[in-house]
Amino acid sequence: MRLSGSELECVRGGKRVFANIGFAVGAGEALLLLGPNGAGKSSLLRMVAGLLRPAAGSLELAGANCDRSLAEQAHYLGHLDPLKSSLSVGENLRFWTRFLGGGRGEGPDEALRVVGLERVGDLPAGYLSAGQRRRLSIARLVAVERPIWLLDEPASVLDADGQALLGEVMRRHLAADGLILAATHAPLGLDPARELRLGAVLP
Amino acid sequence: MTALAALLLRDMRLAVRVGGGALMGVLFFLLVVTMVPFGVGPDLKLLARIGPAILWIGALLATLLGLDRLLAADHDDGSLDLILMGHAPLELAVAAKALAHWLTTGLPLVIAAPLFGIFLNIDGSAIGIVALTLLVGTPALTFIGLIGAALAVALERGGLLLPVLVLPLTVPVLIFGIAAGDAAILNAAPFGAPFLILIALTLTSVVIGPVAAAAVLRHGLD
Amino acid sequence: MEWIALANPSRFLALAERLLPWLAAATALAFAAGLYAAFFVAPEDYQQGATVRIIFIHVPGAWLGMLGWAIMSVAALGTLVWRHPLADVALKTAAPIGAAFTFVCLVTGALWGRPMWGTYWVWDARLTSVLVLFLMYLGLIALWRAIEDPARAARAAAVLTLVGAVNLPIIKFSVDWWSTLHQPASVFRVGGSTIHPAILAPLLVMALAFTLLFATLYVSAMRNEILRRRVRTLRLLQVHAAQGA
Repeated sequence: MRLSGSELECVRGGKRVFANIGFAVGAGEALLLLGPNGAGKSSLLRMVAGLLRPAAGSLELAGANCDRSLAEQAHYLGHLDPLKSSLSVGENLRFWTRFLGGGRGEGPDEALRVVGLERVGDLPAGYLSAGQRRRLSIARLVAVERPIWLLDEPASVLDADGQALLGEVMRRHLAADGLILAATHAPLGLDPARELRLGAVLP
Repeated sequence: MTALAALLLRDMRLAVRVGGGALMGVLFFLLVVTMVPFGVGPDLKLLARIGPAILWIGALLATLLGLDRLLAADHDDGSLDLILMGHAPLELAVAAKALAHWLTTGLPLVIAAPLFGIFLNIDGSAIGIVALTLLVGTPALTFIGLIGAALAVALERGGLLLPVLVLPLTVPVLIFGIAAGDAAILNAAPFGAPFLILIALTLTSVVIGPVAAAAVLRHGLD
Repeated sequence: MEWIALANPSRFLALAERLLPWLAAATALAFAAGLYAAFFVAPEDYQQGATVRIIFIHVPGAWLGMLGWAIMSVAALGTLVWRHPLADVALKTAAPIGAAFTFVCLVTGALWGRPMWGTYWVWDARLTSVLVLFLMYLGLIALWRAIEDPARAARAAAVLTLVGAVNLPIIKFSVDWWSTLHQPASVFRVGGSTIHPAILAPLLVMALAFTLLFATLYVSAMRNEILRRRVRTLRLLQVHAAQGA
């Protein structure tokens, strides 16, 4: 499986954020998007997730399940944790598992155990702290198997334990021939990771 | 199919939990029904005559006022991104959300309408017919409102904008819904024709609403 | 001194446990006496027949509905001025009970109206005021349901309760004025002095029974609410405990 983008251009609000960006990631590889604020790291991730249309250029996924679009094979972990505070932790995760899932993956119960939230499964998600909410979002990636992970500042609200857990989960995903695109400021503890530097605003 | 069922169930759960709006629509409906007599006076004959219209306008407002958060809430917490990335077609996903909204807001209105008809002195058989027209017609209001709900997402702040955008689109539903009710109550005009047109309007909007809403959401991708 | 001690939720729970059986028993006794008097002692009205007996439920329902709001207003002051958690509990639990008694008043009014007026509902000044009161109760309950954090919900509800308490007489006056504007005289008049003693005595017993029922329900509802809040606190602690794990 190989995900590649070529000559991608992003225009937001009439302003060009980046242009002529190309990258390629293969199975078992991680690509870190680096760059200053406003360089378009999040925009690139949203583009790959199908949530933002490229102004130019193309994205290609080779050697994958042809029935599914790129977006349907990707997990997107954004700045927001898509949780409903009045539903319980377990209900939130079970919903996303059923909504996103094609039946493969660890399942919600095992995923809660992996992120260390199994003891609060039936409490309202509104009781969780920011770090716990992020853990619950990470549980989603474990519960449903999708080969491409798009992570936008995944470590931002996590404590040391949480970051270790995230690194562990990501390494396991790579070992299972998954691929990761992550926008980050902090090192994520992925050793063989390639980097893509997005520059400052183009003229 | 499981994805859509999951979405439907989640939205219905949210509606009945803390902060959900399941019975708020009925309460608002009751308030509209109560406020009208203060405006027009407690003349029971007059109220009986305009009763079906009051019930319809109450149902219309109660349906539309809660709709602006239908998609905006999912947009604000990032759920909408994931819904866009699901295997289920977006059209069906928003239709499932609209159906959940109708089941938790529209259907209670239909069930409450006969009770509230008592306040307006509408008699037994007439109230059944008004409730029937509401049962057939309120899904049209929800699914037309769905388009407004999608616009409210793209425009950041919805609020009163949604009714402003959507109310003109609901005019035909209102006309034929009340016409069918009046026809049956006053025996002045045939009931069948307006009732069938009402059904047609509902079926049409059940198709157009989700397609248009999905188009709005896709176009507003950002 | 004793009142301050009572304001401690644990003391209240202990008192409630001891008080509830007595209250329940007193309620049952009062109802037995009141219903017997209402059905077998009170005479039938020469015009209304047996229908008149409905006022033994209708009128106490209205009284307790209004008393409920009065109690809530006192509790609201407690919430806003002293910020006492027990006042929050008293404020929250009175709303559904008050609404229920108001609802009883509305339903019995409608049932009484059917044979009297030939229709279940007439926009009579008294009934309409009670309906508005009922709607305000429902709005308050909706407010409680809309906010998950009980302390935040309590302050919002307290303000709304007090505003409601100030407005209720104004609403009552307005509705009376609106009603007389449209119809010359109200059909249903139970002015204090015109009630025959044979009716008044059972009515007072029933009012006592309703008040005792209100008290029983209120004390047990407050007990449940205190326990519910403790469960919530325990669950929050559980989340914090899981944070370290």
